[in-house]
Amino acid sequence: METPVYPAHNYLSNGHGLKSWLLTKDHKRIAILYLISISAFFFLGGLFAVGIRLELTTPQGDLFQPDTYNKFFTLHGVIMVFFFLIPSVPAVLGNFLIPPMIGAKDLAFPRINLLSWYIYVIGGIFTLFAIVAGGVDTGWTFYTPYSSASSSTNVAATALGVFIAGFSSILTGLNFIVTIHRMRAPGLHWFKLPLFVWAHYATSLIQVLGTPVVAITIVMVFAERAFGFGIFDPQRGGDPVLFQHLFWFYSHPAVYIMILPALGVISEIVSTFSRKRIFGYSFVAFSSLAIAVFGFIVWAHHMFVAGITVYAAMVFSFLSFSVAIPSAVKVFNWSATLHRGSLSFEAPMLYVYGFFGLFLIGGLTGLFLATLGTDIHLHDTYFVVAHFHYIMVGGAIMGYLGGIHFWWPKMIGRMYSEFWSRISAILVFVGFNLTFFPQFVLGYMGMPRRYHMYPDEFQVLNVLSSGGAAVLGLGYLLPVIYLVYSIKYGEVAGNNPWGASGLEWRTQSPPLTENFLEVPTDIPEAYEYTPKVIREAKLV
Amino acid sequence: MSSVHVSPLSTYLTIFTALMVLSAITVGAAFVDLGSLNPVVALAIAGLKATLVILYFMHVKYSSRLTKLTVVLSMFFVAILFAETLMDYATRGWLNYVPMGQ
Repeated sequence: METPVYPAHNYLSNGHGLKSWLLTKDHKRIAILYLISISAFFFLGGLFAVGIRLELTTPQGDLFQPDTYNKFFTLHGVIMVFFFLIPSVPAVLGNFLIPPMIGAKDLAFPRINLLSWYIYVIGGIFTLFAIVAGGVDTGWTFYTPYSSASSSTNVAATALGVFIAGFSSILTGLNFIVTIHRMRAPGLHWFKLPLFVWAHYATSLIQVLGTPVVAITIVMVFAERAFGFGIFDPQRGGDPVLFQHLFWFYSHPAVYIMILPALGVISEIVSTFSRKRIFGYSFVAFSSLAIAVFGFIVWAHHMFVAGITVYAAMVFSFLSFSVAIPSAVKVFNWSATLHRGSLSFEAPMLYVYGFFGLFLIGGLTGLFLATLGTDIHLHDTYFVVAHFHYIMVGGAIMGYLGGIHFWWPKMIGRMYSEFWSRISAILVFVGFNLTFFPQFVLGYMGMPRRYHMYPDEFQVLNVLSSGGAAVLGLGYLLPVIYLVYSIKYGEVAGNNPWGASGLEWRTQSPPLTENFLEVPTDIPEAYEYTPKVIREAKLV
Repeated sequence: MSSVHVSPLSTYLTIFTALMVLSAITVGAAFVDLGSLNPVVALAIAGLKATLVILYFMHVKYSSRLTKLTVVLSMFFVAILFAETLMDYATRGWLNYVPMGQ
């Protein structure tokens, strides 16, 4: 086999200096800008998590004042949800990969793409200002009437930051929808698209349809604080529960903004490292759309103890179970893809194996919480905290890290250390379970979330959880080191180091600014891993 | 698809007049006590005005079927927001809670 040569002309070498990055319209460079920004926010949000876990190593509230602890979990949530998880896979991997995956030179609106990054940064600055100015203590959910009438912390600046960042999300979604509709290479019809693209299409629909609702809701809180409108004030005919309806109408589907793109990543990696076409391609494709639609009709399961009527609660409980069906379709079909596949265990696939277990536990414990009776017991306990971390960290971040490891050679053109990347994947899996599994038990035993003190009998499980968080933190720090190291010292990757099918692997690594010299015309079936294709395309 | 529909000025003026008349009716209706029908009437007029704006000012009437479908689906999601939220509010009087001790 020939030794691959690092291409002299590529999108990274096309322009030097800060200006060439800050004024770029290249979707790949914008993806890198997003990668740097969201990584910074990830580690900032992680610092707040460190504070939380340190405080909870002892039953007494001996490290922080209660108000400070409230600010820590609020800022951890706000930063991780709005400034890391929501933009993570779409803004980095989606931005980088959707055009080459569909044979296009760029997204439909390159300037709007750059604008979305600037809007994201401006939203982030407002939130950073809120942190420096003293923080905010409402919880990431900004529940009224506390946020609108009582809290004396920086609710307005934080809410404005989230409001502004929402427009970045809308613009990215809009760009993807138009790009996927209008810019596919000739012959690339919908059922030849990678499932990564289907997942991003479904995600974009949620971003465009849902984000305006939370934006308006946040404006209402803002107006309530500034002008005393009374929308959420019962004394003037308002209703605080209305805030929860409007907030969760977006924020429950927002969970699928975080997880759906990661599910798309999983489909690509599973297929590549099994050397098989995804089992039941069309079912997996449509299950993404089904999750997007069902995600919009289940929101009030977050409100079973908030005072909604039992009749509405029964309907929402029943509907909430419906989301389990398309999610299960995906898991079953991935498992069937693995069956009798030619499996291998490179780092991206290790993240995927970890994802399977964590997503399964996260999904199934969601059914406990969709059930009215058990939710009354478990609501607002650590069981809920464990459940959504299994989905958002165990699902979304495992998918994101798997994707970063899978496409890093394409993005940078060089390989990272296989040894250290495997160690990191194992550390993340072990550390994650050690952190969050004890929290299921704590929640079941009745430990409420958002308290900085707890009875002595909960200490062992809390110390386990904090110890696990240290391992998890190490697992997240390692990739920063070996990935950055690989940018300069990594082995040259070549165009297709994994032997994957898909148009993006036909480009050079790193790709040219225009991705392709000519618009690809011989479009393969998605995930075409027949022996003949593997032999002819040398996908070995 | 790429052709741009140009509406005559008279169309815009007609729609503008209709919107003004409907606004006047909204104000007038506020002075009439229709009981529980008050918000229904106000929302019906507002809905009609929004429809006129979407069809004529936003050119959806002259757009492709895909654009029309997008508008209808967006309305469907707004309908979900309203219907499921009202599912809570509309059933709040159904239960007769007996205060403790009585």
